[in-house]
Amino acid sequence: MHDAATFGAPPTVRSERLLAVIRNAFPFLVVGAIWEIVARAGVFPRKLFPTLGDIARSFVDLTASGILPHHAIDTVLRLLAGFGLAAIVGVSIGVLMGRSRRAEDILLPLVSILAPIPGLAYAPLFLLWFGPGEVSAVLLVAFVSMFAIIFNSWTGVKAVKEIWLRSAQAMGADDKRVFRYVILPGALPYILTGLRLGLAQAWRILVAVEMLAAVPWGLGWLIFGAREFLNTDAMMAGIIVIALIGLGLEKYVFQKIEDYTVVRWGMMGSMG
Amino acid sequence: MTDTAQRRRSLIRGLLSIAAAAAFYQGVAMSGLFPKVLLPSIPTVLTTLYDMLSDGSMFQHAGATLYRVLIGFGLAIAIGLPLGILMARFKPVENFLLPLVSALMPIPSFSLVPLFMLWFGIGNLTTVLIVFYAATFPMLFNTWTGVRSVNPLWLRAAGAMGADERRLFWKVIVPGASPFIITGMRQAFLRSWIAVVGAEMIAASDYGLGWVIFDSKEFLQTDVMMASLVVIGFIGYVFERLVFGSIERATVYRWGMVRMAKG
Repeated sequence: MHDAATFGAPPTVRSERLLAVIRNAFPFLVVGAIWEIVARAGVFPRKLFPTLGDIARSFVDLTASGILPHHAIDTVLRLLAGFGLAAIVGVSIGVLMGRSRRAEDILLPLVSILAPIPGLAYAPLFLLWFGPGEVSAVLLVAFVSMFAIIFNSWTGVKAVKEIWLRSAQAMGADDKRVFRYVILPGALPYILTGLRLGLAQAWRILVAVEMLAAVPWGLGWLIFGAREFLNTDAMMAGIIVIALIGLGLEKYVFQKIEDYTVVRWGMMGSMG
Repeated sequence: MTDTAQRRRSLIRGLLSIAAAAAFYQGVAMSGLFPKVLLPSIPTVLTTLYDMLSDGSMFQHAGATLYRVLIGFGLAIAIGLPLGILMARFKPVENFLLPLVSALMPIPSFSLVPLFMLWFGIGNLTTVLIVFYAATFPMLFNTWTGVRSVNPLWLRAAGAMGADERRLFWKVIVPGASPFIITGMRQAFLRSWIAVVGAEMIAASDYGLGWVIFDSKEFLQTDVMMASLVVIGFIGYVFERLVFGSIERATVYRWGMVRMAKG
């Protein structure tokens, strides 16, 4: 991956990049070496503490046979379905609450009561109501990630400056145009932050939901199922894929959104 | 005048909306559209809650859960905080730990539950470790960011006024980084609270709020489930608002360190 990117670069940049790669790889080599030593020392049963070779082998086998990709694709689809639902419902409710005093008064107490309960605690209830499987899993993920989206959209719409609204109205914009050209762009950074938080939350809970909801495919289920047969190597392979998907989300979704919102806000180094 | 009137109207509307939602729920529960075991009426839930509180079983569950959370959370602070400071102060530490942290952070703590169950068995150790894993990263990451974002001008000013390393650390860096550190603690607690419920469900032991919810699913005791949900929400709320809210007021607000309220 890095080779392709650095191929045409001048040698100094290339060697600098190479140095960065080495510097980033070094900690993993150390940890990997420690792992391998512990695994080979036989302190723990090999079944429970597989060597890196075993893990790599089962990773390759599971990928080649198509089992691992199938699990991964189902997990990602489930994440997208749940998050998509949460985004639509959450942004609508949040914007409504921000725009209408009445909606805010009515919805805020309900949202505030439901929000502080960790989403996973609802899982058994959802399983009873909607039965184990796909519906429960998607609804649960949607329900959990919805609150961050609601709160941020609501804050965002409320944070739109009064003076912008009034000047737009003074210039003759009707409600629809005010909404489309003033409120929505003004609230967008907050809404995007909410979506980012919601997606992160959906991702964090999805694996557990898959373990509890007994879905036929999914990385959570793969890991959980592998435990029964002491397939620690398959488990580790599943965890690696989960880490890769998580990293991908972090790098290509969260950071992009953050860059965009930070640029829009015109502030630097916002964190936390 | 108008402001208080407006506020009163908001309060009345809010109460009305809660009452309406409760009445609607109660209506559906009593209508018999759904089996009563799946949708217990509100008095049933309250009675169950009262029974569980008075026979002490709810306290036992809540106590077990709190014990796991607080130990895991405490460990996360004890390790995440110093590591975060070290990472921010010493470049080699940062170079070594940052790649590892960035690789581990996106792994949801729940995905480690089955592995930890194999390694450490079912029970407190697994749950505490999951909580620890979930809470460490926000703690570490926020501390690291906080210490790095201490205004360099303050450091130089304090240095010019003759502060030695120790005083610099305690009088400038720690207060300067404190808004981030407290945000980190808050996030860490939130994550631990979610993690403990999930970990208790999967790595079931004998006690714990997550365990009791999951266990009552087997017996269709939705009233027990909802009573436990109420307790979980209540404890989460107490910590989030009262504990961390007052910590924040006593430190960063008083020091004038927070510019913007966080949603």
